[in-house]
Amino acid sequence: MANDRPAFDARALGPARAARALGEWTDDVRAGRLPRREFVARLAALGVAAPVASALLAFAGVAHAQPQSSYKPTKRGGGGALKLLFWQGPTLLNPHFAIGAKDQEGCWLFYEALARYDADGNLAPVLAAAIPSRANGGIAADGRSVTWTLKKDVRWHDGRPFTADDVVFNFAYATDPQTASTSIASYEGIVAARKVDTHTVRYEFKTATPLWDRAANVLLVARHLFEAYAGAKSRDAPTNLKPVGTGPYRFVDFKPGDLLRGELNRDYHGANRPHFDSVELKGGGDATSAARAVLQTGEYDFGWNLQVEDDVLTRLEASRKGRVVACPSGDVEVIQVNHADPWSEVEGERSSPRSRHPILSEHAVREALTLLLDRKSIQSFVYGRAGVATPNIVNNPSRLNSPNIKDEFSVERANAVLDAAGWKRGSDGVRQKDGKRLKLLFQTSINSVRQKVQNIYKQSCAKAGIELELKTIAASVFFSSDVANPDTYGKFLADLEMYAVAGRQPDPDTFMQWFVSWQMAAKANKWQGVNRGRYRNEEYDRLYRASQAELDPAKRTALIVAMNDLVCREHAIIPVVYRPSIYGVGRQLVAPLSGWDNALTSIAEWYAEA
Amino acid sequence: MGHYLLRRLLIAVPSLLGISVVLFTVLALAPGDPFSEMALNPNIPPEVQAALRKHFGLDDPIWQRYFRWLVAMLHGDWGFSFISRVDVDTLIWQRVPVTLAVIGASQVLALLIALPVGIYSAARPYSWFDRIASTLALVGFSLPTFFTGLLLILLFSIKLDWLPFVYRTDIAATGWDWWVQQLRQSIMPITVLGLFQGAGWTRYVRSATLDVIRLDYVTTARSKGLRERVVIVKHVARNAMIPVVTLIALTMPQVFGGAVVTEQIFRVPGIGSLLIDAIQRNDLPVVMAVTFVLSCLVIAFNLLADIVYGWLDPRISYR
Repeated sequence: MANDRPAFDARALGPARAARALGEWTDDVRAGRLPRREFVARLAALGVAAPVASALLAFAGVAHAQPQSSYKPTKRGGGGALKLLFWQGPTLLNPHFAIGAKDQEGCWLFYEALARYDADGNLAPVLAAAIPSRANGGIAADGRSVTWTLKKDVRWHDGRPFTADDVVFNFAYATDPQTASTSIASYEGIVAARKVDTHTVRYEFKTATPLWDRAANVLLVARHLFEAYAGAKSRDAPTNLKPVGTGPYRFVDFKPGDLLRGELNRDYHGANRPHFDSVELKGGGDATSAARAVLQTGEYDFGWNLQVEDDVLTRLEASRKGRVVACPSGDVEVIQVNHADPWSEVEGERSSPRSRHPILSEHAVREALTLLLDRKSIQSFVYGRAGVATPNIVNNPSRLNSPNIKDEFSVERANAVLDAAGWKRGSDGVRQKDGKRLKLLFQTSINSVRQKVQNIYKQSCAKAGIELELKTIAASVFFSSDVANPDTYGKFLADLEMYAVAGRQPDPDTFMQWFVSWQMAAKANKWQGVNRGRYRNEEYDRLYRASQAELDPAKRTALIVAMNDLVCREHAIIPVVYRPSIYGVGRQLVAPLSGWDNALTSIAEWYAEA
Repeated sequence: MGHYLLRRLLIAVPSLLGISVVLFTVLALAPGDPFSEMALNPNIPPEVQAALRKHFGLDDPIWQRYFRWLVAMLHGDWGFSFISRVDVDTLIWQRVPVTLAVIGASQVLALLIALPVGIYSAARPYSWFDRIASTLALVGFSLPTFFTGLLLILLFSIKLDWLPFVYRTDIAATGWDWWVQQLRQSIMPITVLGLFQGAGWTRYVRSATLDVIRLDYVTTARSKGLRERVVIVKHVARNAMIPVVTLIALTMPQVFGGAVVTEQIFRVPGIGSLLIDAIQRNDLPVVMAVTFVLSCLVIAFNLLADIVYGWLDPRISYR
């Protein structure tokens, strides 16, 4: 992987120049001036892995490689029953009403989307004939639209053909505010869905955007079944509870929160798929016993989202009835730093964006706090496979990983930084400066894992003369948007708070908004702004705006890396671990799972080995 | 008797209204939000959550929401779940059969244990049988169901691999096979609940019987030369049952409410697990409906207990 060409040292480039260079190289490859191998080698020097470099080229329309499917069965059916165990069962089966991942999972048995995200965060076609790219003309050069071509031989479970009209209808259905859909968010930024011909559809964007994959993985419902129930009547549709989709399984029976059953769809559009004759999804109970039923007794073939301590999982795995699969994803557990002052009111509001934190606005204190977080121990003693130590806020797909930020845990350096900044130890061992004690309130949701991390952090902070007061809040309160409650994570009436951002798409755009100044949570927006740390940095705002308009994926990647580096160097937030999705998979089951999408998005590809 | 019944029913109306006001206010004031799950998903902007809250009227004042609920309820409309957007009565009816089967069977099992064991113990107090039964009963109701449940799973599902520990409502088999599988998966939850309930009741039946068995009329019955069996069944048991009936009548609403902990452990899709899920997700209409039905049942069974008294003991009259 070493780059032996003397003329070039990628790491010496600043982020902006790296971005420019990346763009130039991509152009060079396209024009044939730069060999592919050389391109990959240069990106490797930037810390970008080889498959990712190829993916970058693919994005830029240089090459187009479809991932090979590893699906082995040579005929449809014959796999018997597939038994899935979810400790939270789906409660509804209209994908446009899905409240959480559990509901979308249930819908994926029967419904399908244009595409899904695979394990590397790339789109894989489902109802689309191919993934749009610059090369095939799918992505408009001006970045203002994307054209999807649909598979031709797809039929709804009732025999009617699936066409562009259905895709157009879904847009209209979901974006009608009277429908009260949750999928309206996925269509954000799309102003129109137009039928080009019976099997071609074009999404038009409000502005030129690099995020052409919007709404790609929104599950599609049939126009002829939902047309009469759009808008205010949305709740009355009989098909809300008896889905008729295009998916690999047909609907049999549903009891909200408890049970979902499906049977093989004989007319499924995927060749030789699906493998199983029937599928059963059981919901309820707790994660630990779900893990037991898959890993230890083998009563079930698949266990969803096994949020169980890793040593328990390892012990259960010892019976060899099943195995744990960890899929890399962008979910990241962070310690949010409050840049506003939670302890005094400004214009009738604590943690007001107009205020500055008396202690945490000082770079030295934030740097010390970052140095005091022992991520390696947290990974090995608390999270195990469910949390990988990271100093970055943007993690995965690996093309976005910054090579520039290092994870460092050092009590000595933290002490040195604080000493240099003039924080002197008092008689009780806690540092003081200008009459301010270095004491911080650290809050999180009630959760044994988070509370362990809190305690580890408290101990190492004490060694550097920082006193942490710990507070835990019931998750249903902490994560609620209840305007009247002072303990929500949006109000953030504390100095530090820890939680995870989950369900991120491969493109971290929504996550990057966490640091832009116009997203600050405040009374004016009912604390719904996503910049909960009230962080303000003009350079960051500029980079973010640039990333919004940057159509070249390589340059955009560089901008994202630059934004990550900026907030991490500023210690505006303290990343802890990134959290792969953890699933339990039965011994014989082969399931290509992805951390970037729901587990059952690939259900048609699942099969059992004999 | 008719008058009495009418009066009791009329009194029930204001009490139910009062209960519903308290329930609704407490639930509405409780922190949390049915859509808080969305807050964790960065791909759903907070505005969507806010729009849904508004759409479902969650931002209106509590008294408005209460009257909307009350009027709908009087029309027989139970509302719909915010989470699944299914009518609440559909959700509840779906779970009634399983609840009645599992919890009902466990109550029957409890009675089958408590009555004979309690009465026999009282008939021979401080005998070996009584001592063993008392000890076991003490152990039985001291062990919480989540402990015995896990113990049984560990023994019968994991060590011996005899019984499944996930309850399924969709057994594919038919005929005999269906019954066998149904029995296999129900044994553990029924046993756990039945033994726990039965242990408590045994103690109660025993002391109620002991109170009666020393009374003069029992001695009279014996001295008449009646057989011991007849004395116990006809003279002792019938009178001893009066307090027991109250106890059982008051626990009957639980059959409907389900057993939250046990249902959770064995994944029995009963009303208890519906309630706990709804509470965790702040699904107000479902929590409201289930708790309200429970309070109706408590009132109804209280009335029933009072009426059964009269049948068991003709000295009690109603005015």
